[in-house]
Amino acid sequence: MMGIDPVTLIVALIGASTPILLAAIGELVVEKSGVLNLGVEGMMIVGAVSGFIIAINTGSPWLGFAAGAVGGAGLSLIFALLTQYLLSNQVATGLALTLFGLGLSSLMGEAYTGINPPLTPDLFPQALRDIPVAGPILFGHDLVIYLSILLVAGVWYALHHTRMGLILRAVGESHDAAHALGYKVIRIRICAILFGGACAGLGGAYLSLVRVPSWTEGMTAGAGWIALAIVVFASWKPWRALIGAYLFGGIAALQLRLQAAEINIPVMFLDMSPYLVTIIVLVIISSDRGRAALNAPAALGKVFHASG
Amino acid sequence: MFRLEKRPMPSRVWIVATPVIAVILTMIAGGIMFAILGQDPVEAIRIIFLDPLFDERFASFSRPQLLVKAGPLILIAIGLALGFRAGIWNIGAEGQYIIGAICGAAFGLAFYPSENPLIFPGMVLAGLFGGWAWAMIPAVLRTRFRTNEILVSLLLVYVAEAILASAATGFLRNPDGRGFPGSRNLSQHPGTDNLELVAGTGMHWGVVAAFIAVIFSYVLLNRHLMGYQIKLAGQAPRAAKFAGVNPTRLIVLCLGVSGALAGMAGLFEVAGPAGQISIDFNVGYGFTAIIVAFLGRLHPVGILLAGLLMALTYIGGELAQLMLGIPASAIQAFQGMLLFFLLALDVLSNYRVRIGREVAA
Repeated sequence: MMGIDPVTLIVALIGASTPILLAAIGELVVEKSGVLNLGVEGMMIVGAVSGFIIAINTGSPWLGFAAGAVGGAGLSLIFALLTQYLLSNQVATGLALTLFGLGLSSLMGEAYTGINPPLTPDLFPQALRDIPVAGPILFGHDLVIYLSILLVAGVWYALHHTRMGLILRAVGESHDAAHALGYKVIRIRICAILFGGACAGLGGAYLSLVRVPSWTEGMTAGAGWIALAIVVFASWKPWRALIGAYLFGGIAALQLRLQAAEINIPVMFLDMSPYLVTIIVLVIISSDRGRAALNAPAALGKVFHASG
Repeated sequence: MFRLEKRPMPSRVWIVATPVIAVILTMIAGGIMFAILGQDPVEAIRIIFLDPLFDERFASFSRPQLLVKAGPLILIAIGLALGFRAGIWNIGAEGQYIIGAICGAAFGLAFYPSENPLIFPGMVLAGLFGGWAWAMIPAVLRTRFRTNEILVSLLLVYVAEAILASAATGFLRNPDGRGFPGSRNLSQHPGTDNLELVAGTGMHWGVVAAFIAVIFSYVLLNRHLMGYQIKLAGQAPRAAKFAGVNPTRLIVLCLGVSGALAGMAGLFEVAGPAGQISIDFNVGYGFTAIIVAFLGRLHPVGILLAGLLMALTYIGGELAQLMLGIPASAIQAFQGMLLFFLLALDVLSNYRVRIGREVAA
């Protein structure tokens, strides 16, 4: 295709996918523990604004990323307290988290619109990045991108090859059985929720510090919801979440390039394409009755109330 | 230690009391938020909750606004509450609202400059149909392919926004507008306008529709088999299955009704208070209506009251913006907080709080 270089497209794809990948891998852990947190969008945007504010005030993007993770985790703590101790409906509480997060973030970011954040440096030296084709694709990124892939590997290993992962999955499959075995269901779930919040917040901070990079109200534009969809697409498997996020990132990166190339497709269709593709993929995955149901945590979204 | 004991039936007293307590707690927490923003909390709360109704300088303007803003909120929330009761989560009302407005406006503009009195009813029907059709997408995907309706309905909001941007700058743009985005003004053209019915009250056709929806929903839930099935499906899905409740029919009905009501609300807004299709004519009523539905305990009369209260926070928020320079987003955070407190206090209606360890039975 004219004017679209595959190498730069792949590089852009990886960048575009990273915020969603981070949020999705966090939510995957949360859902594996049997909790459905629909507040990903809210945690992402609070992470985006808190990361941005700290990065501007300290001049360090790394402190910004850390603040983003703390911000996201902080918001998810509200969700954790409400759903785990006060036994509130998870769907409603997640929605509340998103609505509150959107309001809170624009309140916090009021004074920070139209500023550029400090630059996040690439990890590898210029010489490595200059290698044709492989250079930019393998070495042309910043630390957070490599971290996100490590995180996928780590979550996969922890879920399937450690005792901690086994307990987490047991809690997600049957909280009553796990409770009867003496596992602290509520404590484990709160840890999972906080982890999910931190991942979403980090993803949000990556959006405001690297992807855009600036702060605008409502800048996540549904990224959190797409992350939720990717967890379903991935059938709760970490590596599939990576594929799903990169697939989505590829479409987002491609449609932006098509818009820039002024190709003869109405902007409307390009704008809606990431969301439409997500819906279509969701339909394909969920229509396969066996696979979709097989891997979903059995206790997902159910309220746990230990009697006695 | 505190211990929770499940009530066999939700407490009637607490169901009514929790929204009131939640509002009071939100005022306190909101006051703290305003204090952090460097405002006098008592004054800010007074400006938001009392001045729009009682201050003689603003009341003449604000009081009618109460119905103008509560109308769409109630209309949308009534539809959403039906689904929420049955465990069907339509959270994309904002998208259905936008598509309803576009369809209704397109119908009206197609006959421009005719002033035929039949045009406005046609626009209402077109808006209703648009919202219904948009909600049918998640409904059909859910019933045919078991796709999660929460995600689909929400993602469709962004698709609707892309269509809206294209409508405002392209296919519905005012041909006499010198290239500016935005459609012809519907509210200033006889035949397509949604006028104030009684001067000085803010009552327009959308508010009338909201009141009718409240009554219909009350009758449906309390006197009709369908209403019973909706409640049963939400409270005991397995029992509903054995009782012969058809889940497909329920999903199509709940999503269809909520979509149609949201679409109608969009049309009333665009033909009245908003006046025209513009890129950002939608102000998030579709999302705020979710809070209204919960604050009203998913009960028609409760939703009526909750809609009025939420409308008050919008108007009071604008006033606070004007008088104190409190940012508009503070009100959004405020509304979110209200939902948190409500959900947190819900534990009191469903559980008894006992102090001390349980005695072994």
